[in-house]
Amino acid sequence: MTVPAQYPFRTCGATGHRIDRAAERLVKVNAVAAVVALLVGAIAALLLVLTRWQAVHLLPAVWYYRILGVHGMNMLIFFIIFFEMAVLWFAGTVLLDSRPAAPKYGWFNFALMLAGSLLVEAMQWSGRADVLFTSYPPLKAHPLFYLGVIFFAVGALGVVGQFFATLVIAKREKTYVGSMPLVVYGAMTAAVIAVITLVHGAAVYIPTFLWSIGLIPAVDPEVYRLLWWALGHSSQQINVAAMVAIWYMLGALTVGAVVLNEKVSRSAFVLYILFISMASAHHLLVDPGFGPAWKIVNTSYFMYMAVLASMVHGFTVPAGMELGMRLRGYTDGLFGWLRRAPWGDPGFSALVLSVVVFGFFGGITGVTIGTEQINITVHNTLRVPGHFHATVVSGTAMAFMGATYYLLPLVFQRKVAFWKLAKMQPYLFSIGMLMVEMGMTFAGSFGVPRRHWDISFSQAPFDVQFSPAVDLFLAVMGIGGILAVTGALSFIAIAVKSVFFGEKVTEFTLGTAMEGVPQGLTHPPVQPANADALNEALHAPERGIAGATPGTLVLVAVFLVAFMLYYFTNWKLLTFLWKIG
Amino acid sequence: MLTKVHTGLDPVPGIWWRPAHKAERVWVAIAFGWCMVLFAMMPLWHWKGGQNPSGVRRRVDPKAYYARTLAFATQYKVGEDRGLPIVAPPPGAEVYLVGLTFQWYPILKLERGKEYTLHLSSLDVNHGFSLFPLSVNFQVVPGYDYALRVTPTAAGDLRIICNEFCGIGHHTMVGRVIVVDGGTPVADNRRPSILGGGDR
Repeated sequence: MTVPAQYPFRTCGATGHRIDRAAERLVKVNAVAAVVALLVGAIAALLLVLTRWQAVHLLPAVWYYRILGVHGMNMLIFFIIFFEMAVLWFAGTVLLDSRPAAPKYGWFNFALMLAGSLLVEAMQWSGRADVLFTSYPPLKAHPLFYLGVIFFAVGALGVVGQFFATLVIAKREKTYVGSMPLVVYGAMTAAVIAVITLVHGAAVYIPTFLWSIGLIPAVDPEVYRLLWWALGHSSQQINVAAMVAIWYMLGALTVGAVVLNEKVSRSAFVLYILFISMASAHHLLVDPGFGPAWKIVNTSYFMYMAVLASMVHGFTVPAGMELGMRLRGYTDGLFGWLRRAPWGDPGFSALVLSVVVFGFFGGITGVTIGTEQINITVHNTLRVPGHFHATVVSGTAMAFMGATYYLLPLVFQRKVAFWKLAKMQPYLFSIGMLMVEMGMTFAGSFGVPRRHWDISFSQAPFDVQFSPAVDLFLAVMGIGGILAVTGALSFIAIAVKSVFFGEKVTEFTLGTAMEGVPQGLTHPPVQPANADALNEALHAPERGIAGATPGTLVLVAVFLVAFMLYYFTNWKLLTFLWKIG
Repeated sequence: MLTKVHTGLDPVPGIWWRPAHKAERVWVAIAFGWCMVLFAMMPLWHWKGGQNPSGVRRRVDPKAYYARTLAFATQYKVGEDRGLPIVAPPPGAEVYLVGLTFQWYPILKLERGKEYTLHLSSLDVNHGFSLFPLSVNFQVVPGYDYALRVTPTAAGDLRIICNEFCGIGHHTMVGRVIVVDGGTPVADNRRPSILGGGDR
């Protein structure tokens, strides 16, 4: 292969990948920006749970709504998308041994995104954008708020374009043989969904900006909701695709997870691209702008094809881990591979917690409350944030944190600081978030509204008295929130200390545990030389359906039963309402 | 013939479009079947079920809708509570409710077991209609009239919570719906009701 001399590479001590230094700097700067946004969002989160926990009720009303907007923008947009930009730079260059396309333009895009996010922060903190994250017109914010979002989106779209250009470069310069790795394929899926999402973002924010400066007389509130959610929900589908890609990556790094079948996994990613963006409809099921046929087709991603994709990954990810472990000799019983897995490796524990909470909690609640009729009982109650914290925080953010424990030594070449804390961090964060999600979901099922400062209704003309159980659930949410924020701040402390003051590490001593280096790097899960023969034997037809991955079959069966129970229970609850048609 | 053992980080040389193992094929088939059940439930509920967000939906000028609601309130007014008219339309009537910062107007008095066409819209910004304690939730969008055929199934003194952020007074926006049994009020604003309402 020929590589122009002006692109200096270094070779990774652990993986042998050629790492382009210009790309490496872009990974770093985007990851750092993501962590800073996470810090702002986490502090906001603490203030919010301590306000919604009615016994504490910390913030005054104005600041509650203001901080709620800040939390939404920092977590769902700045943290997540900056991190995804880092993932794209990493997957396009490091994993493909390639140079990046136009790294200087990458810095321009980063600057644009940074400027946009600073504009949004300035408008929100100064009280000129008290319109919450969704900014539904006719609520109006300062024009610079909308302009800030536009800058950020244009920058992100630019990076996505550079990612595709990098793929072309890698292919043309033959930096790899055959088809690109599955993880890069997943990142590419996220990038395609990002284009769809950001185009909708432009379609909604540009007219709204023009309206805010008086060039357009009005923005239709319902059309806005349709287009905004094509941005707002679809951006969470970028997360899903990126998260699944990271699941495959962390599985490979921590336990040598194998890809069972490329056709199945890649087809599932294609289903995401084709159908997942229809989920804008989840937010519009009890809206007056759309009829039943539109709602049914769209909310179900055209007959639940994206759910099918997630259920496929929900099988192939754990099954790949199981098979990878079995091939390396962890063959005892149904779950010996799980029992003997590296639970002290924060990359592994984060992966498992992400898969389990995303699937069992986020996935099952999401499909159920996104059902046209069931949504009548759920829309805008606390059940909605109960669901999406399980997907975006316990799922995506947890997976990104797990990936960070590997990126620190591999890309930043630093040991993970506060190593003992790092080993505990995924558990602390995940358990705290699970309490938040449970508390919100159960409180929401009593009709407690989301985005509401005072459910004691002390200033309202008519009294509303929620069941005393609601106080209990909100306390669970509050305590869980404190735990989860502690977990998030621990992660930030670990990341900042490692990046800026961490001990340099370039060589990993194989076979000897190193303080601050995840187990997958010091004890790489390498397959034995006869892995292919073992694999053939496990897949032999006479071993039947349970041949290669019996443990995973049990796990997915449990999942399906839980799914069915929750789904039909919610239909039953629906029948207790008024007759509505 | 299986592909060579490899992870998701490895490029895949050669042809990878190969048959999946039986376990995956069966799981994909089960998942697909379940997806079809999920999909079928929604049309099925339109046909057999009692709760559907269909309604009759049309665009409306917010000011005209507000005027229509005021006329409706005058026509069927039977009392007053906290400055708001209590409005008791006859069964089968077109019932108008409007959300405006930060109030639901008017107070509705409906009969259990009778069908009404409940119109929802807003004079200003988005609001959220959330009937407490039943948790019946609908989005209320300015410029759109959402007319739902509703039949209250139990008597009680109910509340309408606004559950869409509509401005700084959002948390004070609470309305009232009274459902009576065959014309006799089982719960009014002087007597605590079993459903969580009560005097202040």
